[in-house]
Amino acid sequence: MAKVDVQNVRKVYRREAEEVVVLDGLSLRIPDGDYVALMGPSGSGKTTLLNLIGGIDQPTSGDVVVGEVNIAKLRGRELSRWRARNIGYIFQLYNLIPVLTAYQNVELPLLLAKMSSKDRTERAKYALEVVGLADRQKHYPRQLSGGQEQRVAIARALVSDPAVLLADEPTGDLDRKSAADILSLLERLNSEFQKTIVMVTHDPHAAEHAKRQLHLEKGVLQAS
Amino acid sequence: MSVFKLILINLGRNKRRTILTMLSVVVALFLFCALRGVLDTLEASIKVGSETRLVTRNKISLIFPLPLSYRDRLAGIPGVKAVSYANWFGGRDPVDPHNFYAQFAVDATTYFPMYARDIEIVAGDPPQVQVAVPAGLDPKLASFLSERDACVVGERLFKRMKWKLGQRVPVSGTIYPGTWTFTIRAVYRAKNPAFGEETMLFHWKYLSEKGMGGQGTVGWYALELSDPSRAGAVAHQVDAIYESSFAPTRTETERAFQAGFVSMYGNVPFLIGVIGIAVVFAILLVAANTMMMAARERTAEIGVMKTLGFEDGMIFKVVLSEAAIITLGGGLIGALFAKWLIESSGFNAGGLLPPMTVSWATVTIGIAIAVLMGATSGLLPAWQASRLSIVDALRRVD
Repeated sequence: MAKVDVQNVRKVYRREAEEVVVLDGLSLRIPDGDYVALMGPSGSGKTTLLNLIGGIDQPTSGDVVVGEVNIAKLRGRELSRWRARNIGYIFQLYNLIPVLTAYQNVELPLLLAKMSSKDRTERAKYALEVVGLADRQKHYPRQLSGGQEQRVAIARALVSDPAVLLADEPTGDLDRKSAADILSLLERLNSEFQKTIVMVTHDPHAAEHAKRQLHLEKGVLQAS
Repeated sequence: MSVFKLILINLGRNKRRTILTMLSVVVALFLFCALRGVLDTLEASIKVGSETRLVTRNKISLIFPLPLSYRDRLAGIPGVKAVSYANWFGGRDPVDPHNFYAQFAVDATTYFPMYARDIEIVAGDPPQVQVAVPAGLDPKLASFLSERDACVVGERLFKRMKWKLGQRVPVSGTIYPGTWTFTIRAVYRAKNPAFGEETMLFHWKYLSEKGMGGQGTVGWYALELSDPSRAGAVAHQVDAIYESSFAPTRTETERAFQAGFVSMYGNVPFLIGVIGIAVVFAILLVAANTMMMAARERTAEIGVMKTLGFEDGMIFKVVLSEAAIITLGGGLIGALFAKWLIESSGFNAGGLLPPMTVSWATVTIGIAIAVLMGATSGLLPAWQASRLSIVDALRRVD
């Protein structure tokens, strides 16, 4: 069964009087446990597609079914709750909250879950262990290297145990060594924790770590 | 970590800004409450006056006296239970002219019984010779009653000046020239706080003899009524009696008499009120601007929180709570500090006003304004943050 089923999605942005078609009737099936690298030039619609799958943007038309839910039909609170339970998002620039420690950053999504403080603590610590930063719990983002920050961000994406991880250029701001570590970690999350991963990247080396590579060109999927 | 802790952490991210914003609210609410305290005090000064007593003064102005000869006739008017009289002395401290306190020459045998509900004698020098104290007077006044130049002073003034019983206190006369020396023989305490404890009371007879060459004129009469409901009729009757005399009278309740003093301030209370509101409004704009800046700086973070699943309503609450904590915290500190500082200072304009006060009503209004300030200054940034689209928010950094 497909974990992600994007059907005939069209996304049009309006800039003043001009309409910009970013995705044009795109369809895509990503099976459960898959690890897909989305590639393509800037402006090809990669991030837009990722945002649609993650429910942080809405298609102009078409359906985006993740699991059993057509998230194109969800709005507001329902969509927020769905996102909290089902999606882990990893950003290029990590986007950690600078005034929170690594542990607090990871714990943040759990504030939305009906969970005891003890359970939250256990899960946040476990997530940090998984990414190899158990000893950096009390460090603030400014006290961590880029690679470590990204690993904290991965722990944050992982902590609520979502089925799907979406990564937008997760190695785009890292040196080669740190990038390799992150890519290994993502591979492990896919193979060991059975997370379905969709990764946007410009980097062919990074894309090689995925099971499949998809190419987007002007909002149209080129090959799978 | 809880959501509340998250809010506190957010407030602590720019401690200097948070503290300065809170301080501006503290100052605004302090000023607002202090200014309203002036109005509270003026209002309280009206309440010093009793509705059961009338004050008869010269119709032209309080500065013109009335003959002492009116006393017996006033006492004979039906409904008048007792008559007392007093004069404003207007002396200065010869050592420190800025140390102002009020002095009144009073007819002790009638004055103290009439004001027994407002003041009590808490200390008195024992008399040097055995003196019969008239009925209705505190026995501690024996020494005061037996000496021509004795005085009774308020407890607060007594303590402030570090006086002692038996001490001789010089006062420079302004209306009645010369240096007057009074011996402190008793101390009174105000049972009614609005009466104040910064006044010196001495014998009217002494003033008459030394200051007026024995001429019997008084500043005003105080009439105690047997039936307060007849105050209007008695006042009318008194004024009618002296309407065609050389010194016509104006009679009103003691409360109205005090209110007359307050009315002399004209539009000052209105101006004070307007200044208070203007200060609050100015700070409100500053606070609103700061809250908006604080929220705007975190646009990307808000986008991240929404990506993680934080609902618009939750974002709204977090941002609004930050504003509310700053303004409510500042408001509470400002309002309570104003109440504490002003009331503990005991400032009473040298006894011309009751001790300055900031009423609980004013504190409550101050805190309500702080809540309103929090809501007003936080609503717009909270609304903007909650309405922010995730894609737009993230685009500002990515």
